[in-house]
Amino acid sequence: MAYSDKIRGIYTGTLNEIKEKGIFKQERPIHSAQAADIEVEFPMGSDLKKVINMCANNYLGLSSHPDVIKAAHAGLDSRGYGMSSVRFICGTQDIHKELEAKVTKFLGTEDTILFPSCMDANAGVFEAILTADDVMISDRLVHASIIDGMRLCAALHDTFKHSDMAHLEEKLQLHADKRLKVVITDGVFSMDGDTAKLDEMVALCEKYDAMLFVDESHSSGFIGKTGRGTHEKCGVVGKIDIITTTFGKALGGASGGCVSGRKELVEMCRQKARPYLFSNTIAPVVVSGVNTVLDILSKSTERRDKLEKNTEFWRNGLAEAGFVLKEGDTPIVPVMLFNAKLSQDFSKALYEEGVYAIGFFFPVVPQGQARIRTQVSAGHEIHHLEKALEAFIKVGKKFDILGKTKQEIIAMYGN
Amino acid sequence: MAFDKELKNYYIQQISFIREQNLYKQEKQIQSPQFASIDVEYPKGVNKDGIINICSNNYLGLSNHPEVIKAAKETLDTRGYGMSSVRFICGTQDIHVDLENKMSLFLGMDDTILYSSAFDANLGIFEALLDEDCAIFTDSLNHASIIDGTRLCKAKKIRYANNDMDDLQLKLEEEKDFRIKLIVTDGVFSMDGIVAHVDKICELAKMYKALVMVDDSHATGFIGKTGRGTHELHNVMGEVDIISTTFGKALGGASGGCISGRQEIIEILRQKSRPYLFSNSISPVVVGGVLKVMSMIMESTDRRDKLEINSEFWKKGLREAGFILTNTGSPIVPVMLFNAKLAQEFSADLYGEGVYAIGFFYPVVPKGKARIRTQISAAHETEHLEKALDAFIRVGKKYDILGRSREEILDRYPISTSL
Amino acid sequence: MAEMKDIVLQYVINEYLEDEDEVLSYDSPLISGGIVDSFSMVSLKRFLENKYKISIPDDKATPEAFDTVNKICALVNEYIK
Repeated sequence: MAYSDKIRGIYTGTLNEIKEKGIFKQERPIHSAQAADIEVEFPMGSDLKKVINMCANNYLGLSSHPDVIKAAHAGLDSRGYGMSSVRFICGTQDIHKELEAKVTKFLGTEDTILFPSCMDANAGVFEAILTADDVMISDRLVHASIIDGMRLCAALHDTFKHSDMAHLEEKLQLHADKRLKVVITDGVFSMDGDTAKLDEMVALCEKYDAMLFVDESHSSGFIGKTGRGTHEKCGVVGKIDIITTTFGKALGGASGGCVSGRKELVEMCRQKARPYLFSNTIAPVVVSGVNTVLDILSKSTERRDKLEKNTEFWRNGLAEAGFVLKEGDTPIVPVMLFNAKLSQDFSKALYEEGVYAIGFFFPVVPQGQARIRTQVSAGHEIHHLEKALEAFIKVGKKFDILGKTKQEIIAMYGN
Repeated sequence: MAFDKELKNYYIQQISFIREQNLYKQEKQIQSPQFASIDVEYPKGVNKDGIINICSNNYLGLSNHPEVIKAAKETLDTRGYGMSSVRFICGTQDIHVDLENKMSLFLGMDDTILYSSAFDANLGIFEALLDEDCAIFTDSLNHASIIDGTRLCKAKKIRYANNDMDDLQLKLEEEKDFRIKLIVTDGVFSMDGIVAHVDKICELAKMYKALVMVDDSHATGFIGKTGRGTHELHNVMGEVDIISTTFGKALGGASGGCISGRQEIIEILRQKSRPYLFSNSISPVVVGGVLKVMSMIMESTDRRDKLEINSEFWKKGLREAGFILTNTGSPIVPVMLFNAKLAQEFSADLYGEGVYAIGFFYPVVPKGKARIRTQISAAHETEHLEKALDAFIRVGKKYDILGRSREEILDRYPISTSL
Repeated sequence: MAEMKDIVLQYVINEYLEDEDEVLSYDSPLISGGIVDSFSMVSLKRFLENKYKISIPDDKATPEAFDTVNKICALVNEYIK
């Protein structure tokens, strides 16, 4: 060990830099289950405060749903707590295979392989199926885990401008000579809440002989008429070669993710994907919960329908109040404030009004595009949303941004 | 999408190639909780109950312990099932902070940060701490997650021979001019069961002003007198700068991992480490279980003591029967068979005898070093181990390898007959 | 040469500039200035190779050699027969 004063100094310096830039992240411990109402300790050490949560990925309100809790209890009794093993040694239970089959059916794919997280799925999939002779062409706004997965893969990497189909086509032409081509996109983009043009992408992939990869983490369970995802919404179920998604958001929110798609690609992952071979199987207690979540969603679209209605209510309310929103129709509703400090101050004022929603700013979103990202849930009742809306309007008035355009807000607060 | 015939065939070919090389991995389905004995469906449609499991990482036998199950249930009721969020948005509960504090206390470190898995912890640490003007000295047998983590980092990677302190010193001598140097090693090497010379590494680190990081995934909870890990065993608690470990093995075996270390280092990870910022918080139900595990092992060393006794019994039994083992210092006890095909057949025969232990061969271990890796658990009772030993001896006799040297086994089962 | 400079400059502007108001010159630092990242350099290299029917060896395609439009054109000219 040589944690010398010099090294300590280097790291202290880095931390001070982060603080000076005003981007130091502080966590707020929650003393309750994840739900529409939560009890928060913030700042650390202060009394608990009951607030409405407007920023969880708990889209379907299933993270602490009684049926899911009950299933987890039963799973603990019948299959235990942990497996203490990777899948291929002694970490595969019947319930893991059951979950793989259920996901396959739900997404309308050929086969599915589970990973400890969707981060791990994305980190492992590219290296397992591509080599240096191949090319990956990704949307410029794909999730960080996809970027890390591509960094771990020897294939050539190129990007196309966000959702720009003409640019994607140029790139497909540029790389026409590559052996295998994969086009990579998020289904719903997490920061803006907009949806990929999967129908057009499928057509381009067919034209240029490329595979299509879609990360459905912010869509599985609620986008599309029966909640299968963006591919259902765009009418291309069965045409996506690789879907990755998570159980850590709408589908119960505990942990785990998967790669679902062509049988052979899934098999390649099972044999070669490093996070699959070298990291734990999903815990039985978690698997039991997700199995029940998929049963609930396959039986009824009630929850996603409620989410849709809630989203509409929320979007309309904010728009009518005069906030600048990002266009879209997903439950991710970014309230644009442009200035980083304003987004932090706004978030604090909301918290005082009993609403929990945090500010996002550079580097998580581009410079000058700071925002409060709100996320609607089927766990919200209208009274939650009404109260949250009141708080937004009150705070919006305080900062005098209601009815103001982007330019006007920037003129007042800078960007 | 253009998953046409040609593409499909390409991938089918790739998979056949894996099969031809005898590297195809087949999963056996378990229909019971993880324990000393398990119910298995293998081959498909054939159920076998009460198979002795001798290859899990369930070292302390806590994966299905009633106390842990009870704690998980209580947490389900009070803190829910999932958090549906990363830590810094709305994924931090009071119990996450409790667990971080408990780990710091247990491991004797300043502070701790949780990750969804130890794989993710190792994936995210190097890039957050080191730049291109830094260097990582990494043991050649380090875990895959450390390798992937260093691949994502711009620092210079310098490999040294497995647990070879002379080679490490040579490399430290040769490569002096870096802003920050970090030596990283597994605490216990998972394939051989050998414990790293953490004490000597700390000495060299002092001499060459390098940081020390130890992955104690196969050590936390049972190595060392009170189970703190390899730093306790080697009497260098407080001298290791960074420890990464998992809750997915001895500590309940569900999921999750952490990094424990110097205050500033943990703080930087919380601000910059990508898998921490971009992947889910550990689910409350899992955290509840690990918290219970930690209080159990901090209250009493009974389980690790039993594990030690079991391991000694097992090693002695195998050695006396005439098997070749590695120089293991842990409950990981590899039975060396050298030939990959022999390892697979041996494992199949053991299964026939009611013992579950799988063969490891290239590329997981070097060519010509195929083995059955056995792992002992505090969940094993002597009767489990006796029965397993009987099975090993019967199968060993069948292949006529008992009492044979490496050369003799290789004479009988030459490497050239398989990969 | 003048024509090549404009083609490369226009490509970089179209391809990498998010902010339309930003002004780029032949000597603006692209990589050290954070406009082109090391990932994107690969596609820039491929664009040049396709456009000018050349092949630039990987060890010549360094961040330094790609740092300005002027430097890029000098490199490309080395490989045009």
